[in-house]
Amino acid sequence: MKSIIAQNLVKTYDKGTVKALDGLSLEVEEGTVLGLLGPNGAGKTTTVRVLATLLTPDSGSATVAGIDVLKHPDEVRKVIGLSGQYAALDETLTGWDNLTMFGRLYHLNSAASKKRAEELLEKFSLTDAAKRPIRTYSGGMRRRLDLAASLIVKPKVLFLDEPTTGLDPRGRMEMWGVIDELVKGGVTLLLTTQYLEEADHLADSIAVIDTGKVIARGTADELKNQVGGERLEITVEVNQIAEATKLVEQVSGATPTVDAGIRKISAPVSNGSASLIQVLRLLDDAKIHPLDIGLKRPSLDDVFISLTGHVAEVVSEVEAGGKNATKRK
Amino acid sequence: MLQSVSDFLVITKRQLLQMIRIPEVLIFATIQPAMFVLLFRYVFGGAIDSGVDGGYVQLLMPGIFVQTVAFTLAATAVGLAADMQKGLIDRFRSLPISRSAVVIGRTVGDTLQNVVTLVVMGLVGFLVGWRPSSGPVKIFLGFLFLLAFGYSMSWIGVLIGLSVREERVAQNLVFMTVFPLTFLSNAFAPTTGMPKILQYFAEWNPVSTMVAACRELFGTENIFGATANSWPSQNPILMSLIYMVLLVAIFAPISVRKYVRVSK
Ligand SMILES: Nc1ncnc2c1ncn2[C@@H]1O[C@H](COP(=O)(O)OP(=O)(O)O)[C@@H](O)[C@H]1O
Ligand SMILES: [Mg+2]
Repeated sequence: MKSIIAQNLVKTYDKGTVKALDGLSLEVEEGTVLGLLGPNGAGKTTTVRVLATLLTPDSGSATVAGIDVLKHPDEVRKVIGLSGQYAALDETLTGWDNLTMFGRLYHLNSAASKKRAEELLEKFSLTDAAKRPIRTYSGGMRRRLDLAASLIVKPKVLFLDEPTTGLDPRGRMEMWGVIDELVKGGVTLLLTTQYLEEADHLADSIAVIDTGKVIARGTADELKNQVGGERLEITVEVNQIAEATKLVEQVSGATPTVDAGIRKISAPVSNGSASLIQVLRLLDDAKIHPLDIGLKRPSLDDVFISLTGHVAEVVSEVEAGGKNATKRK
Repeated sequence: MLQSVSDFLVITKRQLLQMIRIPEVLIFATIQPAMFVLLFRYVFGGAIDSGVDGGYVQLLMPGIFVQTVAFTLAATAVGLAADMQKGLIDRFRSLPISRSAVVIGRTVGDTLQNVVTLVVMGLVGFLVGWRPSSGPVKIFLGFLFLLAFGYSMSWIGVLIGLSVREERVAQNLVFMTVFPLTFLSNAFAPTTGMPKILQYFAEWNPVSTMVAACRELFGTENIFGATANSWPSQNPILMSLIYMVLLVAIFAPISVRKYVRVSK
């Protein structure tokens, strides 16, 4: 069964001049995780807001857990959890205050909301900080508490909008751990992200969006292969470039690209680390000691450039970032 | 129905909790009007010839009470704009609660805050010579009137807060409107000194009818009003009631509608 279906969603702003969503469609199978991957300004937040009943699209339709989002938003709100792009908490109140307040608003009675707050604080390693105001929390703690608040009534469908953006590497790893746990519990999850790596780690399938449309879908591996899979990159001394290039070509089968300026040779390889070892052996036999060698996986940039033919990130970051910054901090 | 009552109580309780968690806010919200009482009492009190028993402070207190509750509009607007800015309103809107719970909770919470402020101001006033002379029932009614006026002003604040979406903008906007409104009135000085056209404005100004009503309820002759002999200045209690009903009848439905569609 499909837990989320969106069909031809269109949403425009500023009298039609800004197309936030331009006929976006997607489906998420029950109990699976869809990663909605796209650069700043692609329409990720807008999609989440439509599905979470916060925003009415100009046209198109959507169902969540089988319920029509536009016709029965009240019913949808009972079965979803939402954790937005920015932690939405009462900064002056403590973590405990926030969770019990949201518990009451989900219509748990006083005792049940307290019990649930305790459980969630424990689960998200926030028990020690429970009695401190949110404004003293780190970015990672805020995001975890925000996520906890969206799990109060065990939602059937969960929306997480860029859950790790702005976190340091440690905060990101902790968040991933938490989300992994959730997914094991069987929730249907729609997660947005700007990082292929994150979608790769957390999602069962990925939909890449740009300018309000889904432009590609598949698993992370499928998307990467579409871009050409992994590349082997080595750096050698200038006088060894010619010989090393020959050896790399022998393993790769394709003609390597050589950047003489930085003495770097790179070529696509099909079987990752095995190819790496093979090249290392050949180099060793030829008495060539590379200054640097490694496998490079395609980044979101590579996927993007190959899918759209343009670098979306840089351009729209300025525009969308500026807008968001004035909207909320 | 019962559910929506409990929803808005949770939101109101949140505001009371905020007062406990950062008491500074309430303390400053109270010190400011208390300071106004002292400043006006001792700076202007000597210069203005009140001509009523007990002196200027009898006229001043109702004026400063009304000014303070008029600023509930500001508290509500700024509070809601901050919630908008932080995304809290979005979160509330994604919860299965009644559509009016958040805004009703806010207006009620801001009104409860006024209770504390009014008590403190009343005590400070008493210390510097304010002696309402109308008896407990009318005095109580006077305070009830003040709370009701603050509550109805709060609904304008809801609309402003949800419309501007930014704390700072809300702050500037409301101060720019509420301050002139409270000074273009009979709150601190007689309206007789104003140009004729402003006199009419001042007498129709809800702040003036409220001040006149409170002076009546607290037992002081309103010698600062009624120079242009307009109907509102002669029937201040009735006119104030009409204003309050109108404010709520107009702004409550518009504000709730705004809340439901706030994200365009
Ligand atoms: N309230 C709004 N008014 C005008 N334009 C908006 C508004 N919200 C979003 N947009 C525009 O719609 C596009 C998609 O935005 P968004 O969904 O927030 O992107 P993402 O979350 O992928 O970064 C952007 O170009 C953004 O500037
Ligand atoms: Mg976004």
